[in-house]
Amino acid sequence: MWTWFYKLASPPAVFRTAGRLAPWFLGAAALAIAYGTVDGLAFAPPDYQQGDAFRIVYVHAPSAWLSLFAYVSMALAGGIALVWRIKVGHAVAAAAAPIGASFTVLALVTGSLWGRPMWGTYWAWDPRLTSELILLFLYAGVMSLRGAFEEAARGDRAAALLAVVGVVNVPIIHYSVQWWNSLHQGATVAKIGKPAMAPSMLWPLLAMLLGFMLFYGGVLCMRLRGEVLSRERQAAWVRELMQARSER
Amino acid sequence: MTPRRKRLLVVLGILGGVAASVTLAVMASRQNIMFYYDPTQIAAGQAPKHKRFRVGGMVVKGSVARKPGDLTVRFVLTDFAHEIPVQYSGVLPDLFREGQGIIAHGSLGPDGAFVADEVLAKHDEKYMPPEVAASLKAKGGGSVPAQPAAAPAPQPPRTPSG
Repeated sequence: MWTWFYKLASPPAVFRTAGRLAPWFLGAAALAIAYGTVDGLAFAPPDYQQGDAFRIVYVHAPSAWLSLFAYVSMALAGGIALVWRIKVGHAVAAAAAPIGASFTVLALVTGSLWGRPMWGTYWAWDPRLTSELILLFLYAGVMSLRGAFEEAARGDRAAALLAVVGVVNVPIIHYSVQWWNSLHQGATVAKIGKPAMAPSMLWPLLAMLLGFMLFYGGVLCMRLRGEVLSRERQAAWVRELMQARSER
Repeated sequence: MTPRRKRLLVVLGILGGVAASVTLAVMASRQNIMFYYDPTQIAAGQAPKHKRFRVGGMVVKGSVARKPGDLTVRFVLTDFAHEIPVQYSGVLPDLFREGQGIIAHGSLGPDGAFVADEVLAKHDEKYMPPEVAASLKAKGGGSVPAQPAAAPAPQPPRTPSG
């Protein structure tokens, strides 16, 4: 029953598919981010309270969302690799971690720059901010754990287990603004009912969100190719591929 | 039991165990960890007496008073059940206005007033153009806090002349 799945997850197939998908993801991402940037920065109206400073939401919210999305996808890939012993899953998780960590840094930095003029502080030990910082530490832990073992396969398994366990932080980040008294405001888009944002401001935000997701998909494909190549460097198919490349 | 199913159960078991303990920790912390107290909790004597803590609430309209020639500002915070007077000396954030939710960090003075050394402004999750906010306000929509709505840029708090 699962043979098609294992065939699809074979390293050469993943290498080829990722290479074919990456330009489409990145091209679509460029379109969505270009539209979101122009519409968000130039045409969306200023906010009634925050004026033009609210526009940092167009980078902050998508990167914060992607920091969670990348984490869940990394944990999912690691979990699949752990249970079904699909080696490519570890490659996906290893490829995803630095991208997700970068989005986390971006979310923390843009949020800090936003917080200074609006809240009056760069940083507060607020539940939302603290749990997002813990997410960054989780990424760092997953990445360093992978490299901390003499035997690569053991590092993969340890990193995957930490990634899966760390998933409990994801709902904490999302609901932190409801569960505790928080300086950070509640959810604007991801809530039941209508988004609490005027449509003229919301469209560029959704475009940016889509663009960031596509960008993540594209970069993940490219990093996954590198990861697969380096993990399979002893395999016959890689040698054949390299020979075919050099003869061309 | 196949080894695959066994691995699945082990992974899910570890995840379930961690999730359960974190859930318990979160539930306990909701009672113990407060980013801020509201005026009702302070009135009920739940806030620490000799320690620094934060108080959060809305700035009562017309309560902001400045000392001339000084940065000291006094205002009253409310959660619509109880009120607490606050005294602060320093630069206020852009979003500090009457009717705005703010968080002050400091301690209770001997007279029951809160002496703050840091004031942070909260903003809500709503984003809208100034015109929409103005028309909502004109219709008497309760969802928009009273603001100088037509101003595109955040305005400094107005000092009442009285």
